[in-house]
Amino acid sequence: MTAGQLFLQQLTNGITIGAIYALIALGYTMVYGVIHLINFAHGEVFMVGAYLALTVCWVLGVGPATGVAGLLVALVVGGVIAMVGCGALGFGIERLAYRPLRQAPRLCALITAIGMSFFLQNAVMLIYGATDRRFPSLIPSARWHVAGTTITGIQLVIWIASGVLMLGLQALVMSTKLGRAMRATAQDPKACWLLGIPVDTVIAVTFVIGSSLAAVGGLLFGIYYNTINFHDGYLTGIKAFTAAVLGGIGNIPGAMVGGLVLGILEGLGAGYLSAQWKNVFAFVILVGLLLFKPTGLLGERVAERA
Amino acid sequence: MASKQRKASTKPRAPRVSVIGLLGVAAALVLPAVANAYYVDVVTSAGLYALLALGLNVVVGFTGVLHLGFAAFFAIGAYTYALLNIHLGWPFWLGLIPAATVAGLCGVVLGAPAIRVRGDYLAIVTLGFGEIVRIAFTNLEHWTGGPNGLLGIAHPVLWLPGRGAYDFGVDSTPYYYLVLLTMWLTTVVCLRMSRSRVGRAWAAVREDELAAACSGIDVVRLKLLAQGCGAAIAGIAGAMFAAKQGTITPDSFDFVLSVMVLAMVVLGGLGSVSGAVVGALVLGTLPELLRGFEQFRMLLLGLVMIVIMRVRPQGLMGSVQIRRELIARHGT
Repeated sequence: MTAGQLFLQQLTNGITIGAIYALIALGYTMVYGVIHLINFAHGEVFMVGAYLALTVCWVLGVGPATGVAGLLVALVVGGVIAMVGCGALGFGIERLAYRPLRQAPRLCALITAIGMSFFLQNAVMLIYGATDRRFPSLIPSARWHVAGTTITGIQLVIWIASGVLMLGLQALVMSTKLGRAMRATAQDPKACWLLGIPVDTVIAVTFVIGSSLAAVGGLLFGIYYNTINFHDGYLTGIKAFTAAVLGGIGNIPGAMVGGLVLGILEGLGAGYLSAQWKNVFAFVILVGLLLFKPTGLLGERVAERA
Repeated sequence: MASKQRKASTKPRAPRVSVIGLLGVAAALVLPAVANAYYVDVVTSAGLYALLALGLNVVVGFTGVLHLGFAAFFAIGAYTYALLNIHLGWPFWLGLIPAATVAGLCGVVLGAPAIRVRGDYLAIVTLGFGEIVRIAFTNLEHWTGGPNGLLGIAHPVLWLPGRGAYDFGVDSTPYYYLVLLTMWLTTVVCLRMSRSRVGRAWAAVREDELAAACSGIDVVRLKLLAQGCGAAIAGIAGAMFAAKQGTITPDSFDFVLSVMVLAMVVLGGLGSVSGAVVGALVLGTLPELLRGFEQFRMLLLGLVMIVIMRVRPQGLMGSVQIRRELIARHGT
């Protein structure tokens, strides 16, 4: 493989994982935008999404003998169930753990979020076991060779799915009444409340949407890597949060850009520098960002605090 | 109508001696004689956790800085003693000093750039630092032995009159008393600090940084002091851990440990010195003593944090003052 081909290949891989990070990052960024909380449990929601999709595959009996039609059915059904399940989970988390603490100091809410993250992680571990679980490839294998790099069918599906979802979210936020309410709540919750916008509902909807997107991220993650583990939520969650901050917290297009940039950086880093230190890159980028450029690439959009 | 509130006394009060307290001390002193070695070991481990909790309490409880990477200082203390012992032959008692110092310095150095970062981001920065330290220890094989860690760390050797050199070896009992003594000393130091001018300044920073700064308090210096003290305590605990285990690996110093210590401080009560000890003893011994509970440990941790914040934010031993700081503020 020539140098140029290596670069393009790592770029392709990077964009793929970046798209998944972007989907998860959207949840972090939207929630932070409306209630100023780093939802530590969001990474776990992503992980639960992957496990829910896997469970659907088990129930449907997806195996090596399953035909293309069966695989696609499993993909769609798995995706839907995961989205619904995680949406409900996100709703539940917000309602039970975060809403009562909305007026309390940040410290309390953060501690609760960490506790929730640990609770979910261990709950999944107890239910599904601590070992890696094999996730079936729900996309028929297909490869295309373009400009010396290999693009697989799975990667294409990930790009298309995440692209569609992100465009859909952007349309929702910019063109619908709900979207306007979300943007308004992100700007100034108290003013919204005074104007009669149901702030609690908007926040709940934000959680549901963010969680559903993370669920799709989980499904795609499972298809791409073919194994999932209860610990994936922690590491991927941190990377997705880094992506959200990279793009500018609270900024929805920012989360998309941040995800892609982080994915590309990670892909290139793993290809050119040591893979062992791959995860350190994410942490170093995170720490560096927070210390030196917390507003990110596209600027943050958070509510003004009186 | 006379005010029912008394002004807080600034004179150090004589410690109240209670019967329960005396019984507890007596029980603690004779435990190794009556309980079997396994339980002594469990309580010793819980004691080490208590040291960590005391250290974290200085950072989180006294100054309100949420630190999610505290395990890094535990690791730094352990590795410092281990490396000095393996390469330079330093005995444990001598190795304690650099372990505490290096850890404390790292606390200050790692805390310094993050001082101006706002609350929630600061927590993530500490998490990042903690993970970077752990991964660095795992990858720098030449210095730290990599994922396999360091082996052959010497146990403490005490020179006893009439008996000569007493090597602690692998018996839990001497470590138990060592940890107990250190816990007591650390508790006394922390209590003294909390009731001093520094402690009151810390409380001011915790309650309202802006107001504290306007009152002339050097917020940066105080936060760094807290980080350094807390980290130094963790470093001491780390050296003890290394000396007791004889072997250390980077896996022992992960994010889960950081959160576990945080949960202990939260359970006991943020800012409460006795609470840190109580929280550590409860969470440190419970899963071990209740068989079949071990796999529920993280579940329990998570649940504890969620429930405490909801039901009793000041923890088991926390003061009313802390509760007032932590419950919902109306009309802020």
